[in-house]
Amino acid sequence: MSNLIFTNARLINPEADTDSIGWLKVADGRIAALGEGAAPDADTQVVDCGGQCLAPGIVDIGVKVCEPGERHKESYKSAGLAAAAGGVTTIVTRPDTLPAVDTPETLEFATRRAQADAPVNVLPMAALTKGRKGREMTEIGFLQDAGAVAFTDCDHVVTNTKVFSRALTYTKSCGALVLAHPQEPGLSAGTAATSGKFAALRGLPAVSPMAERMGLDRDIALLEMTGAAYHADQITTARALPALKRAKRNGLDITAGTSIHHLTLNELDVSDYRTFFKIKPPLRSEDDRQAVIEAVRTGLIDTISSMHTPQDEESKRLPFEEAASGAVALETLLPAALRLYHSEQLDLPTLFRAMALNPAKRLSLESGRLSQGAPADLVLFDPDVPFVLDRFTLKSKSQNTPFDGQRMQGKVTATYVAGQEVYRRA
Amino acid sequence: MRFAHRHLLGIEHLSQSDITAILDLAETYVDLNRQSTKHSDVLSGLTQINMFFENSTRTQASFELAGKRLGADVMNMAMQASSIKKGETLIDTAMTLNAMHPDLLVVRHPHSGAVDLLAQKVNCAVLNAGDGRHEHPTQALLDALTIRRAKGRLHRLNIAICGDVAHSRVARSNLILLGKMENRIRLIGPPTLVPSQFAEFGAEIYDDMNEGLKDVDVVMMLRLQKERMDGGFIPSEREYYHRYGLDAAKLALAKSDAIVMHPGPMNRGVEIDGTLADDINRSVIQEQVEMGVAVRMAAMDLLARNVREAA
Repeated sequence: MSNLIFTNARLINPEADTDSIGWLKVADGRIAALGEGAAPDADTQVVDCGGQCLAPGIVDIGVKVCEPGERHKESYKSAGLAAAAGGVTTIVTRPDTLPAVDTPETLEFATRRAQADAPVNVLPMAALTKGRKGREMTEIGFLQDAGAVAFTDCDHVVTNTKVFSRALTYTKSCGALVLAHPQEPGLSAGTAATSGKFAALRGLPAVSPMAERMGLDRDIALLEMTGAAYHADQITTARALPALKRAKRNGLDITAGTSIHHLTLNELDVSDYRTFFKIKPPLRSEDDRQAVIEAVRTGLIDTISSMHTPQDEESKRLPFEEAASGAVALETLLPAALRLYHSEQLDLPTLFRAMALNPAKRLSLESGRLSQGAPADLVLFDPDVPFVLDRFTLKSKSQNTPFDGQRMQGKVTATYVAGQEVYRRA
Repeated sequence: MRFAHRHLLGIEHLSQSDITAILDLAETYVDLNRQSTKHSDVLSGLTQINMFFENSTRTQASFELAGKRLGADVMNMAMQASSIKKGETLIDTAMTLNAMHPDLLVVRHPHSGAVDLLAQKVNCAVLNAGDGRHEHPTQALLDALTIRRAKGRLHRLNIAICGDVAHSRVARSNLILLGKMENRIRLIGPPTLVPSQFAEFGAEIYDDMNEGLKDVDVVMMLRLQKERMDGGFIPSEREYYHRYGLDAAKLALAKSDAIVMHPGPMNRGVEIDGTLADDINRSVIQEQVEMGVAVRMAAMDLLARNVREAA
């Protein structure tokens, strides 16, 4: 294991909520020591950061890698390279593959592929119900033994409340975390936009933002019943926030995430039916976006994730209603998040609290923080360097990013996993 | 006169003067269509393809007739029966079409925005003949021409659009066009079919038809789009007719010279009383069909001038 010392670094420490110049020493893949000001003399390899930011590597909950089933859209190798280039040191994968990761055998296949090919940490999630069909729960215990860190049916809502309450009760006994997609599926079925003037003008079938709160309200009631550990994958509307706040105040084991796209784009970005902006849930109004940013600032929303969803050209080159949902974001997560830093809405420790510390804590990982003894999963980045994103430079096999052609600011310089450099910008 | 658009995809992109120009030119085609020899050569040598991904008899016939009267070579492709069934995507279809070198492409599609998408990929002028619940520009233009001829003007009128606004591309295009021409628009219908977001377009919304029809100059009825309804927007057709169907008693609340319009095909006894629809003193429904051909001739003529210029 290589030993390193980062000097002259702007240390972004979400745990201590500090942003200051200092040094950080790595030994045997872990953070051995760190401090402010000038570095102590050391006989190890020195990385002079030149005042650039050194932060804990991003822990991204909810990444879709399309193995098994659709390797042409994204493989563990391409996703791993994209993650490394984006400063993401741990990807927590979704089970919504073809077939779904719902048995220990498929999970083992995915894990094997990930270990062989991905340069970053890969932690798999498994389906909560067989085939994500919402009828029978999966072998939650076996899947946990095989390495599943959480259970989720992704964007499939378990509509049968009895099935969902039993699954929650069972996961609680295993000490497992459930990720759910709060949405009232009766209202959202067949829709492609958020109801409002824009959707009316474009003639798109639309869902009321209230559908998210209805889904969350139901899930919160079930948490009161079962006491399970629950993480809402994406809270994207202002209306859902008071319910989340109450549930937390009442002591339920609930956390919530949001996606980078809902934080940085709104419904008007769809413009003339641009399908790269079709995501699930659909982009919201500007008022919702602002409310969600504020909720991240106060910590009501715990995590920010990429919701990385690769789609090939064919599934996006269709009329808006027919086109597939989702966007790739592993490589654009950090530059997009830095928009909120440059607009002075969120500071860097807050961003890394939501992108690294909180997701790691929720999954009981040691990473996601700059503290002695933590794994040396680190991202070194320059928050100011401007660029125009060309989607064909992305390392993902699919290049369906809504940020194509947009001006962005902030690039990853290097990424380290357990003290090993896994990416360095050319 | 030069038309500043390559395609006619929606009313949203048109200015007041664009609209007036199309209507003025259409007037000349109304005259032509009433002569015994109804022929012009302005599209002679050009190829017009009508591509309908959704069933249509009236609109397709109107476009076909318009093209033929202007001397174009017209071909109809009924797409719902052919390649989409075989899995061909819209973009593939566009590529195939490009190889046939059409000059004018008339497209109807069941999904909003699909015609815009096609227009980005083909090398000819595209006319939107209706996309999902988005726009149906030639319908709004023919309605405008009908109103202008019946009322002598196309501004400062009180116009009621009644019925299934939510599912209607006709309503959207009319709302935009009549708004641009500075009319007062009322939307009348049950709140399940007239969502409150439409108030943001500057329209007044009424769920009581008797209130809404008071003193209007134009009553525009919409077809109840049963095929677009995926469950439970209205309790029953007879209750709908009772509350929102246009009959003589409700029409009596409008101005005494108010005209009655309907884009067709009508559901008689559901949204409009059959006798009223046929009343030549009030109903301009037949005139709308006539104006449809003229407006489509005008639109294709204007777009074709740009096509020839580019060639």
